[in-house]
Formats: sequence, structure tokens, C-alpha cells
Amino acid sequence: MISVVIEKRLKVYRGQHMLKIAHEFAGGSITKIFGPSGAGKTTFLKTIAGLIKPEQGKISVNGEIWLDTSSGINLSPQKRMPGFVFQDYALFPNMTIAEHLAYATKDQAWIDHLLKLGKLDTLTDHKPIHLSGGQQQRLAILRALAIKPKLLLMDEPFSALDPDMKMELITELKAIFKKLGSTVLIVTHNPQELEGLIDNELYIG
Amino acid sequence: MDLSPIWLTLKLATITTSLLFFAGLPLARWLSSGRSFFKTVIEALITMPLVLPPSVLGFYLLLAFSPQHGLGKWLHEAFDIQFVFSFKGLVLASFIYSMPFMIGPIKSALQQLPTSLTEASYTLGKTRWQTFKCVLVPNIKPSLITAAVLTFAHTLGEFGVVLMIGGNIPNVTRVASIAVYDAVEQMDYTSANNYSLILFAITFVMVIGVFIFNKYQAKSPLE
Repeated sequence: MISVVIEKRLKVYRGQHMLKIAHEFAGGSITKIFGPSGAGKTTFLKTIAGLIKPEQGKISVNGEIWLDTSSGINLSPQKRMPGFVFQDYALFPNMTIAEHLAYATKDQAWIDHLLKLGKLDTLTDHKPIHLSGGQQQRLAILRALAIKPKLLLMDEPFSALDPDMKMELITELKAIFKKLGSTVLIVTHNPQELEGLIDNELYIG
Repeated sequence: MDLSPIWLTLKLATITTSLLFFAGLPLARWLSSGRSFFKTVIEALITMPLVLPPSVLGFYLLLAFSPQHGLGKWLHEAFDIQFVFSFKGLVLASFIYSMPFMIGPIKSALQQLPTSLTEASYTLGKTRWQTFKCVLVPNIKPSLITAAVLTFAHTLGEFGVVLMIGGNIPNVTRVASIAVYDAVEQMDYTSANNYSLILFAITFVMVIGVFIFNKYQAKSPLE
């Protein structure tokens, strides 16, 4: 069970907007987060990850307090270790595909499994600049999965994939999420996306 | 021809560049992350040698490290360290004077890296140091090389500040730029030309080397 109550001030054109969210995510569930641009979807994910500190809030994950502004608790992203798929992928330009995954985990069997899953096993010595947009996005997903996260935060993770690849990957990912017992939050712009994958929805507007 | 000023200059430039490289990296990282009034003041101080006459900096260093008073007197009495008219003093002056050439390119390069790279590394459980070493530094390699070469080349060309704090002592503080000035004062144009030509050749090769190395980045090494 993941419980999130946050208040975060967002700077918007000519003013400020207060992002207020109170929500509970069942353990092992997959939730789609959607809403208009600029509503604070990415900020919400980054706040859960510990990359942004809210003005007020409390976040508990499986009974562990990650954030409690009233008592001054704020675990670092390194201690929270959520899997995070960034909207801009945030791939390391200096590292090959193999090095990306080896940077995240030492479990070679798991790395091999992920490479097959993402169909990147023949490109392991390629750096991001030599990959297509879809391949880069798959690598970003694999890197986040490499740490076997209990909580996976995905910011527009399928936007660069073609429909066939997306369906295939989603089917595989669903099995992996179940195996890892991960709770997954997926931000998307497309309300029709992720059919058959998600259990719940959260609108941020 | 006495080549000792050339060797002394190269020794000074090598030591200054090495020291500034290791001190400059963490300092540039600190300056590149976030903003505060204190950081702005420190950055302005680091940039001062770019706009200040070298003789002004040399004058203040001379005052600060004079063995007759204050800090210089204490260093001399407590540790037997004397910066004025010594090679150590040249290193100190060059360190301060060339600092903007090392810090500037590294800081700009770090600021241009997307913050999501650092964030991604943190969410993988990596510490600030691991992120700096494995993600940030390898991705600013061209700027590191530019910064090191510019610092080295700039140290070769120092004159006012080293003259003020070091004077003109053969084999100790007489670097090539001072040897040129000294030779011209003595109407020895042949020696002045030899030293000048060597300095010109070394710096030209270094700067053109950086241009060639950075050609794929399609930008000036001075950026």
C-alpha cells in the first residue's frame, strides 16, 4: 500500500497553482495518471521519488515513511530507489546499453533477461546516440526495471513506440510487474492508452 | 641560448594546471548546482582575474604574503613557507590568476547537462560522488580538455602577476615571458625573439589542437 498526501506549489504562467493530491495506491497495482499539460503529473512522480520536496506532505510506502514534512522526515532518492522512467529518457550519453544496465545492477542473469525483453540484446555495445527513439525509450524502461523496484514511476514511457511494439512490451511488462510485485504509476497524455494494463486511474487537473 | 626560463614556464604551467584541475572540478560542480548570493559572490571573485590588471592581483598577493607582516609573516614563522620571490609564490599566483579559465568551461558544461541525468542516477541508488564520477564527468570530457589546455596556455603567457610576486630570479622565478621582457630591456633581441617564438609555437599548437579535437562539437574552444 502506498499512501500519498502532498501539497506542492507549482509556478505557472502569471502566477502559481497549488498541486494537492491525496491518494492511496494498492500494493502491486498499476495506475494510469492522466490530465492536461502543466497540471503537475511529472511533479507528482518526482515528488514521490524524492527529487522534488513539497511544501507539505506525507508519503508512506508499504508501511515505511518516505516523507513526513510535519516531523522533518524526507528520505533521499537513493534511499527510496524507485524505478523511474523519465520523459526525456535521461540516458547517459557516455554509456552503452550494457553499461547502462551494469551501472544499475550487478545481476547479469537479470540484465540478459531484460535485454531480451526489450529486444536490445543485439545492440548491447551501442550508445544512446546510435539508437532510434523507440530503442532509447525501451532502454530507459529496462534501466528502471534493472533495480527490481517495488515502486515504478513511468513518465510517458510508451510515447515513442509503434503500436505493435507497445502491445508486445506491455504484455511482457505486465508479467514482470507481477513477478516483482511492483506498484506502478504511469503518466500518459492519451486517455485511451494502456488498455488491458491498468487497474486504476488518477486524474490530475 | 639559456632554455631554463622555458623549462621553468612549462613546469609552472604543468603544476598549475594539475592543481586547478583537481580543485576546479568540485568547485565548478558546486557553482553549477543551484543559485545563491554567496555562490554569485564566489563566482565573481573567481572571474576577477579576467578583468583585473594582473599587476593589481600581484600587488595584493605581494602585500598578503610579505614575510614582514600578517599572513606572510605567520606562514614564514610557523611553517617556514615564503611565497614572495619563490617558485611556490608563482604557483599560488598562477593558480588564482588562471582559475577562471579552468572553472568557466567546466561549470558551463555541467550546467548544460540535463538535470534528469543526475536524477536518473540518484534513483538508481547512486551517491553524489558516483554520479559525478560515472555520469557527469565523462559527459563533459571535451570541455575538460578545453579547460585544461586553456589553463596551461594561459599560464605560459602570464607576466604581470608573476613579475610582481616572483621578480626575476634566474632558475627560480624567471619564466619565459619575463625573460623576453628582460632580454628586450638589455637590447638582446635575438634571445627575446627565440623565447617569443617558442612561446608562440607552443601555445599555437595547443590552441589549434583543441580546435581540432572539438571540431565535432562545432563550437569555439573559448565557449
